[in-house]
Amino acid sequence: MKTIEVSVVTPNGPVYESDVEMVITKAQSGELGILPGHIPMVAPLAIGVVRMKKNGKEQDLIAVSGGFLEVRPDKVTILAQAAEKAEDIDVERALRAKERAEQRMRDQKVEDIDFRRAELALQRAINRLTVTGKQ
Amino acid sequence: MASLRDIKNSINSTKKMSQITKAMEMTSAAKWNRGVMNAKAFVPYMEKIQEVTVAVAMGSKGINHPMLQSRPVKKTGYIVMTSDRGLAGAFNSNVIRRVFQTIQNRHKSKDEYSIIAIGRVARDFFVKRGINVDLEIVGVSDQPNFESVKDITSSTVGMFSDGTFDELYLFYTHYKSAITQEVMEKKLLPLTDISTTSKLTAYEFEPSAEEILDVLLPQYAESLIYGALLDSKASEHAARMTAMRNATDNAKEMIKNYSLIYNRARQAAITQEIAEIVGGAAALE
Repeated sequence: MKTIEVSVVTPNGPVYESDVEMVITKAQSGELGILPGHIPMVAPLAIGVVRMKKNGKEQDLIAVSGGFLEVRPDKVTILAQAAEKAEDIDVERALRAKERAEQRMRDQKVEDIDFRRAELALQRAINRLTVTGKQ
Repeated sequence: MASLRDIKNSINSTKKMSQITKAMEMTSAAKWNRGVMNAKAFVPYMEKIQEVTVAVAMGSKGINHPMLQSRPVKKTGYIVMTSDRGLAGAFNSNVIRRVFQTIQNRHKSKDEYSIIAIGRVARDFFVKRGINVDLEIVGVSDQPNFESVKDITSSTVGMFSDGTFDELYLFYTHYKSAITQEVMEKKLLPLTDISTTSKLTAYEFEPSAEEILDVLLPQYAESLIYGALLDSKASEHAARMTAMRNATDNAKEMIKNYSLIYNRARQAAITQEIAEIVGGAAALE
């Protein structure tokens, strides 16, 4: 089966590099699956899970908090402000972040900018927990 | 001439001082190593985001994004990166001098500019001279990660978007090597001088080029600030390491000189004592 090179890069350094059969991401406009030989494309990513398909099944999960997807026929680059592999996620910390964000959302009015921030923080926390399978 | 005890005291205190500077040199060396590694880890991200930004901004015609366009300049923002602590040789004064001169050359009135100070030294300097400091950030860690400076970068870029500033310049110290660092001036926003030498890739945009630029350009500007911060931190530790090494060397030199004086004084005292004994013995005969 044909494969495509994937790398996930963050400001703190590269997080993931591998050859995979398919990359499944969540772009802001919806789910997006990339196969080898895709036309060059750029798309902003939503907070979500990036799934890498290898040997016919989904193998590696990466939690990505916003950023970009750059596709070339032979290479996919994900530029994220933060990204973690499932095994690198601090579950305790994500759980704490989730509780904190929920607390804040209860305290704030919906129209506040802080509410939006808390909402994003909650999304990130839930995303991390989803990847580790502890949700 | 100083007494023997005075010289001995000077030798001891200089020795203690050299121990401290030696220790500071070693901690700086460790931080410097980490700092350089952090700066290196950031390079792939920066290169990629630059490549994509250039491709999107240049590759699509007829795009008018506010961050790409120069507008009449009513107010200029200067981001100045220094350290929180001193004892780093000329590291801080070089940056501050450069900014101060630039401001005095370019502006007549104090309303035309203000400062975004990163680091205690820059803040103190500008506040003391009555220059507007719009935003100040102190206590940035020695190994900043992207999340910890996200607030700084996004509020700075936000100040351009909401019209507080019409231009943003970045002043920081670029790390060349352990012994040379150079003060750099970079125009951060608007991004008018985007250009490339490599071949542009024609991308498809999902959903559209405009919407991508809305997300991409702030992130790009934020990455530039973060990159400069990493560069500045690596330079700071290198500068401090060099300064402390010089201090240690100077202390060693001083100890050598003091020891020479001490030995001479001791010898003089012995000679005098012998002379006195001989004199006393001669008087008895």
